[in-house]
Amino acid sequence: MNRIMTAVLPLAAALAGLAGGLYLGRASKSDVVITDKGSGAQYSGGFRAEGERADEVKAAMAAGSIKNVAGPAGEAVVVVRDGESILQAVKNAAPGTTIRVMPGTYHETVYIDKDDIRIIGVIEAGRRPVLDGRKKLNDAILYSGNDFVVENLEIRNYKGNGVMGQAGNNFEIRNNVVVDTGVYGIFPQLGQNGVVEHNVVSGIADAAIYVGMSDNIHVAHNEVFDSVAGIEIENSRHAIVENNYVHDNAGGLLAFVTPGLPIKTTQDVIFRNNFVVDNNHVNFGAPGSTVSGIPSGTGMLIMAADDVVVEGNVVSNNKVAGIIITDHGHAANITVDPESEPNSDRVRLLDNVMLDNGYDTIPEGKALLLAEGKGGKALDIVRVGPSPGSCIVNRHQYVTAGVGDFAECDFTSTANIATYLLPPVPPRRIDPSERGKVAYLGICSGCHIYNGRMIGPPVQVIQALYLDNPQGIADYIARPVRKRPDYPEMPPQDYLDPDTRLAVARYMLQVRN
Amino acid sequence: MALAATLSPAPRAVATDADFELSARCPPSFELTARGACEFRDRYQFYDSLQGRGVGGTRTSLPPHRDGFTPAEIDLGRYLFFDPILSGDHTMSCASCHRPDKGLADGRPRSIGIAGRDAGRAAPTLWNVAFLERLFWDARAESLEAQATGPLFSPVEMGNEPGRLLASLNGNATYRRLFRQAFPARTGAIDVDQVGRALAAFESTLVSFNSRYDRYAHGYATALDEREIEGLNVFRSFVARCSECHTPPLFTNGEVAVIGAPEPRGRAFDVGAEKTFDAPKLRGGFKVPTLRNVARTAPYMHSGVFGTLRETVEFYNKGRGNAVPEDQALYLHWHISSPNLTEREVERLVDFLQTLTDETFLPQVPARVPSGLPPLDNPVRAAAAPRNPHTRGVDR
Repeated sequence: MNRIMTAVLPLAAALAGLAGGLYLGRASKSDVVITDKGSGAQYSGGFRAEGERADEVKAAMAAGSIKNVAGPAGEAVVVVRDGESILQAVKNAAPGTTIRVMPGTYHETVYIDKDDIRIIGVIEAGRRPVLDGRKKLNDAILYSGNDFVVENLEIRNYKGNGVMGQAGNNFEIRNNVVVDTGVYGIFPQLGQNGVVEHNVVSGIADAAIYVGMSDNIHVAHNEVFDSVAGIEIENSRHAIVENNYVHDNAGGLLAFVTPGLPIKTTQDVIFRNNFVVDNNHVNFGAPGSTVSGIPSGTGMLIMAADDVVVEGNVVSNNKVAGIIITDHGHAANITVDPESEPNSDRVRLLDNVMLDNGYDTIPEGKALLLAEGKGGKALDIVRVGPSPGSCIVNRHQYVTAGVGDFAECDFTSTANIATYLLPPVPPRRIDPSERGKVAYLGICSGCHIYNGRMIGPPVQVIQALYLDNPQGIADYIARPVRKRPDYPEMPPQDYLDPDTRLAVARYMLQVRN
Repeated sequence: MALAATLSPAPRAVATDADFELSARCPPSFELTARGACEFRDRYQFYDSLQGRGVGGTRTSLPPHRDGFTPAEIDLGRYLFFDPILSGDHTMSCASCHRPDKGLADGRPRSIGIAGRDAGRAAPTLWNVAFLERLFWDARAESLEAQATGPLFSPVEMGNEPGRLLASLNGNATYRRLFRQAFPARTGAIDVDQVGRALAAFESTLVSFNSRYDRYAHGYATALDEREIEGLNVFRSFVARCSECHTPPLFTNGEVAVIGAPEPRGRAFDVGAEKTFDAPKLRGGFKVPTLRNVARTAPYMHSGVFGTLRETVEFYNKGRGNAVPEDQALYLHWHISSPNLTEREVERLVDFLQTLTDETFLPQVPARVPSGLPPLDNPVRAAAAPRNPHTRGVDR
């Protein structure tokens, strides 16, 4: 983002034209608008529960009581001891199993492609189970199952990610220590309804905690440091990032829309009550990576994300700026996407504590300050690029550039939005006849038709043979034997579970065309 | 489970009108609904996906797709697809470049059009094309119907013109009857919209979701062996990052990416999607192709520069920008990195890619087509076409 403010002068001129009508207070000090936090309206939030569970979801969200999005733990528990394999335990585990990992050192990649697995480290007198990739292994924990929980691990020396999710919903990533695990520390992607809390993550070449293309996310009480980026919310919606200690990164908190991804928006993100301090680490991002363009010394960066609310943070000693608000056009290392809306719309800057930011800002920042007649050695909040519908509370407290046209906010607190997490989503119940039909159409119909010869014999003939015996079909298709010299042998369908085999047999017996 | 009868049908000298009846049945994986349309059914529909976009992990629903065509529209599309009457000189059909025996591509680095012309880019596979929002390597078409007219009327592909195409079809009594049957609400002559709709209908049925990978994804853990699972984990790791763009379950995220793949020696640089979107940052960008049946669709990339999966994987492993010409400043995709995969990891990746093969529902090549021309490929074309200079390697 070294080019972040390339268009400073023309922009500043344009802003000067906009400013007057929206914020009348700049002309004299007596017009300063002082807003008492307690006096204003509450944020109504950006998430609307829909569907038959809407009332239940609304009530639970309002109560703020949702913490266990993965649902209650099952009864099965297995214990993995030093010298054993966590992965082997996962492979052997049925959904609903808790895998307790005892202190020790484990050199493995643990992948979880089934639902409802909990990997829970046991910490004994400060000793954690350690997953050590020895800089040879790619990822430590890689899950695609739903209802996944991982707690109390120490993860070190991987090349890819510490914890990586691909489309698992209802996840809980908690109390882990993640050090030098490559590109990301904790990276849930393409999932809905997840918690990332109480983790300590450091030494990461991109984002320590990176929430990518996900919905209904809570990131809280984490310490992230010595990384290129602290916490990044990218192409995601309904995320609360609160009570985190974000220090000594090149950039602290990020809300981005990255163009060129299949999910195009970032919307409704609350950054509140975080410590965002001393984010002046040298930027060691990989060449070409998006974060490699972030100027070291950036507290928060909002790029093309909509409805980001910033409240109650302590933002101090970030040398370039406390908060940068920008668009795709002003950002380096960003491609174009005709389907991505490039501006940060409706940024809401509520009360924040901002100290000692922007004392060594980039030249473009200085130029923007100068253009507004501000020559000091500080810069708390800077905006470049369009940011329509944005607002700021108590602007007189900060050194700002480019926010002259921000309105007063029509709310001053997000306290009534406790969480965007949803109650545990029960697994979708699929009617057995539906399961049978879909398997019949998606698999069997490639070789069998009702009343003619295809690869296999007609369904009519099979029906006559098995009449009231669906179990007979279910058993046969798992281990077929050659019955007809004039037909090829049927390949086994043992990859279908027994319930599906029976369902498909039942369906096959009642097909009529 | 291969359909043995799909290849080299013996053409009969004379086809009579009575030989052609449109099927009343939906193809495999489609259910005939009460209103007479064929709707896609697959186990992936039991899952959800974020924002309904159909990108994710193992058990993620598929993206929105085209279906709902009638059996008659689909079967008419099949006849058209395999009938050389669609080309300007009646030597090639759609299937000339989307061959059932070549993974619905053509096995050539770049397709050969009418009169031996270089069509410019490789023929993309048609497997699962119903799930794509944008078609062509440069993403310039937004529907199957819009795509179909591209090759039909391109002078370097099928070389036809709308007037001539419609004259051929309207001059054929069998086609007149079949179009009336497939489009009972339409009166008058056959038009280009009907041709496009029938071709789209047929192409929407070319589905492949029964690979060994799919069995694994649906929960059958032993569908893949240890080496293949190791490959899957390299594929989705954040070191190789393959799945960031080749995202399950379709194994494409449908986006345009600038990866900096080279042109074959002597060929000019291809600007790709820069032209489509008038966007210099997308110079050299191409639509991420599906990897379904990728083991069947060599050679690879938009210009067929890599003969094997192994060569293709090695291209990525040689590092960011390794093949970008000196005179091109490309805006390479952020996931194009320098992964430094080990030899073993490269091999495992290639192992895994071969688990994405499933051609169970390969369409039946009609024994005869209404024009009376030899289906699929007029032998005249085979004689006229230059020999393919590219020698294909073999993986494993």
